Formats: sequence, C-alpha cells, structure tokens
Amino acid sequence: MAPKAGPSDEVTKENDWTKPAAMAIPKEGYFKLERGRYGPLYPRTPACHGFTLIAKIKPGREEAIRAHGKTIEKAVADMPDALASLKLHYLRWVLFDIGKETYFMYQGIFDTDFDRYTEDAVALFTKYGINTVFENLEGFPEDWKTNPPSFSKFVAEHQCPSFLEYGEYPYVTADEIKKALKLKAAFSDMLDLMQ
Amino acid sequence: MLKFEDIQHFLIARPPALAARYEFLTFLRPVAGRTWLSGILEKVGTAKAVGSSQPDSRWVTVAFTWNGLRALGVGEASLATFPEEFRQGMAARAEILGTTGTNHPDHWVGGLASSDLHAIVVLFARDVAERGRCRKEHEKFLLDCPGVEILSALDLEAIAPLHYVHEHFGYHDRLSQPVIEGCGVEPTPGSGPAIKPGEFFLGYLDEAGNQSPLPQPEILSRNGSYLAYFRLQEHVGRFRDFLREHGNTPEEQELVAAKLMGRWRSGAPLVLAPAKDDPELGRDMQRNNDFNYGKMDPYGYACPLGAHVRRMNPRDTAENMQRRKMIRRGGTYGPHLPEDAPEDGVERGIAAFIGCASLVRQFEFAMNVWVNDPSFHELGNERDPIFGTQDGSFDMTIPKRPIRKKISGLPAFTTVRGGAYFFLPGIKGLRYLASLPDAEIEPS
Repeated sequence: MAPKAGPSDEVTKENDWTKPAAMAIPKEGYFKLERGRYGPLYPRTPACHGFTLIAKIKPGREEAIRAHGKTIEKAVADMPDALASLKLHYLRWVLFDIGKETYFMYQGIFDTDFDRYTEDAVALFTKYGINTVFENLEGFPEDWKTNPPSFSKFVAEHQCPSFLEYGEYPYVTADEIKKALKLKAAFSDMLDLMQ
Repeated sequence: MLKFEDIQHFLIARPPALAARYEFLTFLRPVAGRTWLSGILEKVGTAKAVGSSQPDSRWVTVAFTWNGLRALGVGEASLATFPEEFRQGMAARAEILGTTGTNHPDHWVGGLASSDLHAIVVLFARDVAERGRCRKEHEKFLLDCPGVEILSALDLEAIAPLHYVHEHFGYHDRLSQPVIEGCGVEPTPGSGPAIKPGEFFLGYLDEAGNQSPLPQPEILSRNGSYLAYFRLQEHVGRFRDFLREHGNTPEEQELVAAKLMGRWRSGAPLVLAPAKDDPELGRDMQRNNDFNYGKMDPYGYACPLGAHVRRMNPRDTAENMQRRKMIRRGGTYGPHLPEDAPEDGVERGIAAFIGCASLVRQFEFAMNVWVNDPSFHELGNERDPIFGTQDGSFDMTIPKRPIRKKISGLPAFTTVRGGAYFFLPGIKGLRYLASLPDAEIEPS
C-alpha cells in the first residue's frame, strides 16, 4: 500500500463523532501544502479549523486591549449573531508577559478555513472595532483595511500552528451541535406533550 | 461619477451583438504591439458611445495580460505595482481556483496557458455575416502590423431561438446581473442595491468606502478593470443522458435540470416555483429575481443548497455580498446539438469574462469557495454541479421530504478548456500604452 501523506486512516474517518480523536501535525502546520488565495490552507483537525496568533503588544497598550474585551462582550450581548459569519466555536484572548514584554494570544476555533473567508473576517473586524485590538500589536499593517493581503500576511507571520489537536467529539461543526441540541429540546417538548 | 468617455463599453453595456470573435494575440516586438494598438484604438467602443442613443459601429474591446503589458514596453517598476494574482496569471493560480484534473492548464487549448498570450481583442458583430466582415478587416489590418500574431481565435454566436438568451444546456441566461451605481439603471426587485463603481472600475470608491489601489502610472490603470476569461466546454450529450438517467418522464427530467441549476430552464427560480415550471415567471424580470434563501428556503427544499445559482449568488445566506459581485460577459460558441441527436463530439460551450476590481477578492473567492470548496454550506462532499471541477467523486444532495435524495458520483458536465487574466484599460490607458516611448522598452 502506498504511504499516506496525511494522518493515519483512523483519523481521516471524519464523520465518526463517537470516537475521540487526536491528530499530530507536522511543524509547518499542514501535511501537504495546499495553496489558498493568500497563503497555505491548514487542515481541518478533530478540533476543527482554527488559529493561534501570538504577537507582541506595543508598550503601554495593555489596558486598551483589555478594555476591548468589554466592547466585544457588549457587541455580542446586543446582537447575539454579531460574529455568526465567522462560524466560531470558541475564542480565547490571553495577555501574558515574557520578561518585560507583554504578548497577546488570539486563539479561535472555527468551522471554516480562514484563508477562504479572510475578507469577511476583515469586514467584521472593522464593523465591531476588533481592529483596535490588532492596532495595538507590533508589526500590524497600517493599511490593513484596504489591503486584505497585508492582513493575511500578518496573520500568517504570527500564526503558531498546533502540533497536536484533540477532539472528544471530533469533526463536529457548531451548526451540527446546535442542531443536535435543538432536536433534544424538541424531543423533550414532545415527550412533555405526550404525558 | 463614472467617466464614461474613458471606460471601455465592455462592462457597462452590451452592444446589440448576436455574434463575436475573440482573437488571442502575441506581440513579437513591443513596437509591433504598439503599432497594432494605435491602429485599433479608434475602433474601441467607449461606454459613452454604447450608452448613447446613437450607437456606432465601434464595438471592439481590447485587454492585456501582465505579460502583454510587458511586451508592449511597460517598465518593470510599473509592472510590479499590479496585484500578485494578475502578475501570476490564471494558469499559475489553478490550484487556488480548483481547476485541476481535466480542467488543469496542462490541457488548455489555444495557447491560453502560455506566457506568449499578450492580448485579446473582442470583435462584436450584429450577426454572423457582419462578423465575417470584421474578421477580414482585422486580418487585413494585421498585415500592416508585422510582429503581431494570432495565437488562436474563437467564434461565438447566440443559439436559436434568439428571443431569449440561453446556453447549450438550454438554461435561460443573464437573469441576475449587478447594477452599477451611477449608470442610471434601477436594479430589478430582489437584486439588492446598485453597487459602487469601485467594485468594478479602478479609481472609484468601493463598497467598503475605499479606493482600490491603482497600479502605476495612474493614467494606465484609472478607469480600468480586471477580467477573468474562461472557455468552458459543455458536454451536452452527457448532460442529457444524466437527466434521462435520473428522470423517467420529461417532467421529472426538467425537475432534475432545475435542481442542478436552482432555476428551471425557463429561468423561473425554484424558490418561487418549487414544483412546476412557470415560463412566464422566468421571462418576467420584475419577478424572476425577487426572492431570498435564508427566509424563503432555508433548508433547500426548493433550491438545493449546492445548486449552481445558490452557490454563485447565495443572496442573504452569505456575508459581504456587495463585495462579491462581478459583471459577467460573454456568449456561446459551437453548434447547437439538436434535442434528439446523440453527442457528436464537437466542442461547444460558453466563453465568458468576469469583470471586477480585484481578482483575488471577487473572482478567485467565487472559484475557491462557492464553486469548488466541497465544504461550502457544510455540504461536505459537493462542488458546483454545473461549473465545479467534477471527477465522479462528488455528490449532489437534493433536500426532499421526508428523506433527501443524494446523487453520488456526479459526472463533469463542463470542462475548462482555457482561461486567462486580462487588464481592461480605460481609453486613456490604451493611449498611454500605444504611445510608450522606446526608451522604456529596452532599458540599458
């Protein structure tokens, strides 16, 4: 049998959500280079698509970044589907120090490939002012609004690909989870009505 | 305000042409290319002339590849200011576009994948006879331009019956076209608001309120657009066999054809006419675009999520739609295959242009995501059933109560036979190119 470029056979059986799966990923972040419009496409793993951006913040900007956590909280509270088009599962924003310098980590887990939807993300970031967070990072392109390639380049340069990802219920999208929970609720209602 | 006098008519208005000829040119010497351009410039139709009440016969359109701009003598510093995807050219972007397998540039015809492709000239004609005259006239003119050669050519003509525009599979075409703000045209109901000129022409504000970057010098790029060209063979025999295989009666076959497209062949959208064709609706431009998917057909019971028109214009079920619109031009080539005739092996299809201000944001997005991303709309293993790269390994899901219908191993109804990225300069841009000094051509 020919050697496989990708992960082992077991892991590629994407639809089996009942079987927890882990995937070890090469240093580059992908098994085989597949070109997207702005850079390489990264594989979907048992923990979906996602990225981990780590960038140094400009001196004295820590409070401005922290304050933006509140801004996003309010935007989503006011409009729950504000970020829907990003097909997110989770976002984690972390600030941490190395020596005297502060770094920002933006980790997103989502169901689409970032390269494919770069412009949609940039449009959304503009709309909700997420730009103000990025603008506090060193090396962030000043012309990012008019120049999506420069934005993607920044993301590519600061992306730290995982070397291991795990999913307890692998390859399940946020929409599928929501559908399953809706179905559960509907069944529960139905059973109530049958009493 | 659009500078109609400085914009080629191509993306603004269609001339009343039933035939056309595309000629793909190579310039052996810069001066030859410039001589040719200087001579043909007067025949290039402006948006102003085509839109006026006195249409003239200047229906020529001229556009250049990046290699063509270099072959005319544009300097390296200027060439470097064009966007990367245009510099690379369509053939080099095949993986991104998804034109792999039999659609790969290795199989393209007409020299379109070659770096010798420098220019395209589109000769529009009222009818086939007039096209013959245009062709001869251009042939004669080329005799005066030694060093300009035709790599290949393609003749196009509308398919009868002519009272409605359709392609070889029989689908009514040109039903959903973006309207450019400032052209004095009202979008038809359901088509969304008119779109800012900067989405199609360089030097204007776009839907994000920005002006897309102008390659240098500005006189070359202002009022210009990018064109993605596609020559798409349609396998009519295979398509009709497929309909017969999946439908027992003519009515069932029509429904299968409609499910692949998202519209009946009459043009009536499935969302508005889910069970039965409605040709009157198909013809009625005030009604045939007046629908959405998110509210009217969220699960795709009428129009499958993966149907061609639902992919190419997801309407309210995609973000940022005003920034994904493109202007489509082009027509059909090759003879019509009579209804009862078996496949005759003759090439026929569509040769089309997609006009936009950003190939990567508009055209390549559509190809990469809408046409060829198997996970689009979370479908998992599907590509565009009409236009996607199909090799028998993808499916088509047709939602249906109580249980959906899934067609496995969809055949390829189309094959990409060639393509290229062109820059369509404004009139001043053409004049600039025609008058480039020799000094810029061969820098010491």
